[in-house]
Amino acid sequence: MIAVFISNIWPSNILSATVESSSWGFSSLVPGLRSGGYLKGSMASTDVSLKRRPFGQTSRPDAWWAQPLLVFLGLSAFIVYSTWAAFQGEHYRFGPYLSPFYSPELFGTAHSWFGAKPGFWPGWLPWSPALLILWAPGGFRLTCYYYRGAYYKAFWADPPSCTVGEARKHYRGERSFPLIVQNIHRYFLYLALLFLVVLSYDVWEALWFTEAGQTSFGIGVGTIVLALNVVFLGGYTFSCHSLRHLVGGRLDQVSKVPICQRAYFCASYLNRRHMMWAWTSLFWVAFSDIYVRLCAMGIWFDWRIF
Amino acid sequence: MKKATFRIWRGDARGGDFVDYTTEVSEGMVVLDAVHQIQAEQATDLACRWNCKAGKCGSCSAEVNGMPRLMCMTRLNTLPLENPVTIEPMKAFPIIKDLITDVSWNYEVKKRIKKFKPRPPDAPDGTWRMAQEDIDRVQEFRKCIECYLCQDVCHVLREHNLHAEFIGPRFLVYAAALEMHPLDTEDRLKELKDAQGIGYCNITKCCTKVCPESITITDNAIIPLKERVVGEFYDPLTRLFRIFRPRASSEQQ
Repeated sequence: MIAVFISNIWPSNILSATVESSSWGFSSLVPGLRSGGYLKGSMASTDVSLKRRPFGQTSRPDAWWAQPLLVFLGLSAFIVYSTWAAFQGEHYRFGPYLSPFYSPELFGTAHSWFGAKPGFWPGWLPWSPALLILWAPGGFRLTCYYYRGAYYKAFWADPPSCTVGEARKHYRGERSFPLIVQNIHRYFLYLALLFLVVLSYDVWEALWFTEAGQTSFGIGVGTIVLALNVVFLGGYTFSCHSLRHLVGGRLDQVSKVPICQRAYFCASYLNRRHMMWAWTSLFWVAFSDIYVRLCAMGIWFDWRIF
Repeated sequence: MKKATFRIWRGDARGGDFVDYTTEVSEGMVVLDAVHQIQAEQATDLACRWNCKAGKCGSCSAEVNGMPRLMCMTRLNTLPLENPVTIEPMKAFPIIKDLITDVSWNYEVKKRIKKFKPRPPDAPDGTWRMAQEDIDRVQEFRKCIECYLCQDVCHVLREHNLHAEFIGPRFLVYAAALEMHPLDTEDRLKELKDAQGIGYCNITKCCTKVCPESITITDNAIIPLKERVVGEFYDPLTRLFRIFRPRASSEQQ
């Protein structure tokens, strides 16, 4: 076995490399190489060992930081607003409208599924119906393949952007705890599908307005806001990579199961715009809450179309 | 004629530095044309690997202004020529000389991936029958020209130096092409999870961005493989389901 050590070849010590060669005679092709390398791991007889670059170092002249910064600001704004809104515990209903942050309302007002505030709720924790449910859609987004790639860059700088030096020396990826838990994504998908059913029912409810004791069919701006919320959340959920796998991607001969083939085709079509669905639905679900909240607070007026 | 400056890394295993070359550029030129012009006029010892000049051989991979690209497919009118254009060798592999790196680690990795193992022939004449829809999915992966730009841009390799534990996007695409093939009967999921380190990929999609063949590496190859690994090793419901219904003939053949 021939050990080859390559070092000190990069300006500012950006890169050094070690090559372990067994049978292919690499060192004879490279003049000036000296022995003394080391073998690391067992993936292949060739070992490549490169020196890491300092955090943020890159040869890219473009604004590589712009996209992760936008993602950071966008996701941070959503997290701050949704956390604030979830802890409010009021102004989440207006007429037939229910904020998606509070749907399904398991416990809370007279409209809730199971009655008032549950007895098991700890006294030290502020009560809000949203806290009972938001973990599910939150977990769906947190473990989403698109968001993972986005927030690994924007929040962890791992990497900050493509070909930009990283801060961390050690990297475990999604192989071990805690990030191995990301593999739970498909279970959050199952819950997200249930939420879609509930939110669709909320749209149905938003079509029936009660005035002076009389309930009548109608459409308000809020109805359209909630309906669009279901459309965008549906686009996001049905374009999910896990769903795409489950409905047909897991099959090597998907053509043998026509319904799976059709579903796989549809999921793949939506999946090409998964990032767009992710951001559109994120924005709109927050806007839906804002709309209902401001109407309930009397700041905005809900215009009835008919 | 308009002139542009190219800041090219010159050196070998012992060391090196960037050297500025100013040369004339004209309409339609690509980075490789400029490198050849510099090679012919100013630096006859400049080492540069190339072959087809058509984006099909994958030889002229380098980093142009910090991003992995094929030099023959990078037109100068897409670059800001008012500043020097930086041309460097790929950073995920050991340097040989100037713009040439030793990519043989990739050949070693490829040997470790289980080969294509078709089911018995469908017809007495020794032929198989496949549906076009089934083969379409893996056809995309066959476009790969093995330029290794995706390997170069992958931070698991270039920043974290995990060549010993992670096979990189190129070979996840290769494994996906085999694993999803309608005729293949081999099971590569255990190796993908353990020895080949698919869990190291954190889906930053840099590989997809730099692929000169526009292969949707992350969405169509890596994530589907990750999902298969999840189904095989991390999903208790799927495992429970398999107790009562063993893997169907159309799954993972």
